[in-house]
Amino acid sequence: MEITFQTVMSQVMLGLNNGVFYAILSLGLAVIFGLLNIVNFAHGALYMLGAYVALLGYTSLGPMIGMPDFHLNYWAALIVAPLVVGALGIVIEKTMLSRLYKFDHLYGLLFTFGLALIIQGVFTNFFNVSGDPYEAKPEILNGAVNLGFMMFPKYRLWVIGISLLVCFGTWYVIERTKLGSFLRAGTENPELVKAFGVNVPLMITLTYGYGVALAAFAGVLAAPIYSVSPVMGSEMIIIVFAVVVIGGMGSIMGSIVTGLLLGMVEGFTKVVYAPASSTVIFLIMVIVLLVKPAGLFGRES
Amino acid sequence: MNRKIWILLVILGLLAPFVVYPVFMMKLLCFALFASAFNLLLGYTGLLSFGHAAFFGGASYITGHLVKNSGLTPELGVLGGTLFAALLGYVVGSLAIRRQGIYFAMVTLALAQIVYFIALKAPFTGGEDGLQGIPRGDLFGLIDLNHVYSVGGSPLGLNLYYFVFVMFCLGFWIIYRTIHSPFGQVLKAIRENEPRAVSLGYKVERFKLIAFVISAAMAGMAGAMKSLVFQLASLTDVSWHTSGEVVLMTLLGGVGTVLGPLVGAFTVVTLQSELSSVGSWITVIIGGIFVVCVLVFRRGFVGELARVLKRSL
Repeated sequence: MEITFQTVMSQVMLGLNNGVFYAILSLGLAVIFGLLNIVNFAHGALYMLGAYVALLGYTSLGPMIGMPDFHLNYWAALIVAPLVVGALGIVIEKTMLSRLYKFDHLYGLLFTFGLALIIQGVFTNFFNVSGDPYEAKPEILNGAVNLGFMMFPKYRLWVIGISLLVCFGTWYVIERTKLGSFLRAGTENPELVKAFGVNVPLMITLTYGYGVALAAFAGVLAAPIYSVSPVMGSEMIIIVFAVVVIGGMGSIMGSIVTGLLLGMVEGFTKVVYAPASSTVIFLIMVIVLLVKPAGLFGRES
Repeated sequence: MNRKIWILLVILGLLAPFVVYPVFMMKLLCFALFASAFNLLLGYTGLLSFGHAAFFGGASYITGHLVKNSGLTPELGVLGGTLFAALLGYVVGSLAIRRQGIYFAMVTLALAQIVYFIALKAPFTGGEDGLQGIPRGDLFGLIDLNHVYSVGGSPLGLNLYYFVFVMFCLGFWIIYRTIHSPFGQVLKAIRENEPRAVSLGYKVERFKLIAFVISAAMAGMAGAMKSLVFQLASLTDVSWHTSGEVVLMTLLGGVGTVLGPLVGAFTVVTLQSELSSVGSWITVIIGGIFVVCVLVFRRGFVGELARVLKRSL
């Protein structure tokens, strides 16, 4: 590929498109980590689950409930999938995860790893590993827009727009509102916040629910772009872990910005040296570890 | 631990191929060594590596390449694979010990993923198919590892088995000596209270790195032998599934116990072969065991036993 302004910009835009997924997912991880001190290995699996809720809602839900003509459309899936997965997250947190807080944090990682294996394993048994297409992309998002330097698919533009809105919305709530101040206080010192009469266990449960709902939301957004497959989550989670190591999980804005930037870097690498594009994020991680071990936005504890 | 128990175990190991299917036994020994190597880090140094498949699988590719394409004898192939794993362990370890706890796990996972990509793309690895048809060759150029003896009418590949068994004993002994040396005492001190170990003047990072390299090298030796036993080095060996499996083996058997990884490897490998009929449901079962283990069985089999017997095993 010849390196021109056009090719660079188009790959960077497509990279940004991946970047918003990294941003939403690493944001969810950071929010959960802040309060629960647990790295949610199941995040990728729940992202995949979100995509499957959308897919199955469209293809199989109607026949299953005896209404063959019923299809859960895309817009409804954007609401339903996060609610379903969020509810599942709340159940998991309440019944199992909450028992692990008093032990080493590594157990939380191992528990969610097992959870990821279960979810991924179940879907691998029922669905094609190479993926199924999601065909309920709304009419209005078909086609492309002229950005001046390239024609860009409308759908991808929508994904970038809505994701940025959700990311910065979350940032705003956490950093600038009363509710967010409880959350931040809970991150700093849960005992003290409890003493002020705030229901910290409930806050923890809802935080986990919100974090995984974000993952499901990203899954629905991803469904029309990538094919929906049982392994889409595990491929994603490892990259997102690297993103999190690079950015550090201490800062909400840090995880958003790191996600976006790394997506673009990945896109840019596709133009310059395509074979490296799948490993460039890991290589950046190595460099960051050498130069600034705490991560770009991290606080060394 | 009691000398008698060790002698008993060695005798059992020597007699095993006459009772159990040798290939199963060898697979067991490879994974038992792999899990023991992993346990040196998690159990005795308190470091959770989520990328140990890189050493296991990486060495299995290197050994496979050395004996298949360079025509080296098997013992040199295993040595090459082990040295490669040690070197890789030095690189990964020096990077990973820059972060603590949960980040350490994520860094090792991500670095192992680079190894996975290399295994997928490098010219000699055979991509998706893996490195197939690795010859077992002649040990020291003298002893044919493919040789099959007829014992009571059934064919037994005893040469290969005893080679693997001796290598396993060597690897296990190295790990055991590491744990029960003054060096190992410092590792345990780091596990229990790192700031205190620092304040006592120990160069904690150096201890962690050496432990990491030993662990990686032994994991590599296990992988190197696995490639000779199955005559195959595959992408599965370097994938995060394998990294997860070794965590499970150690956890199930008992983290921080000498015998735990052996019991854990035995349980998981047996489970896999017994349940091979359920196909991919095995992932779900493994995940389920993981979840149950973390929730209610954190000490593992040997850990629980040690608690009942009130002694360290």
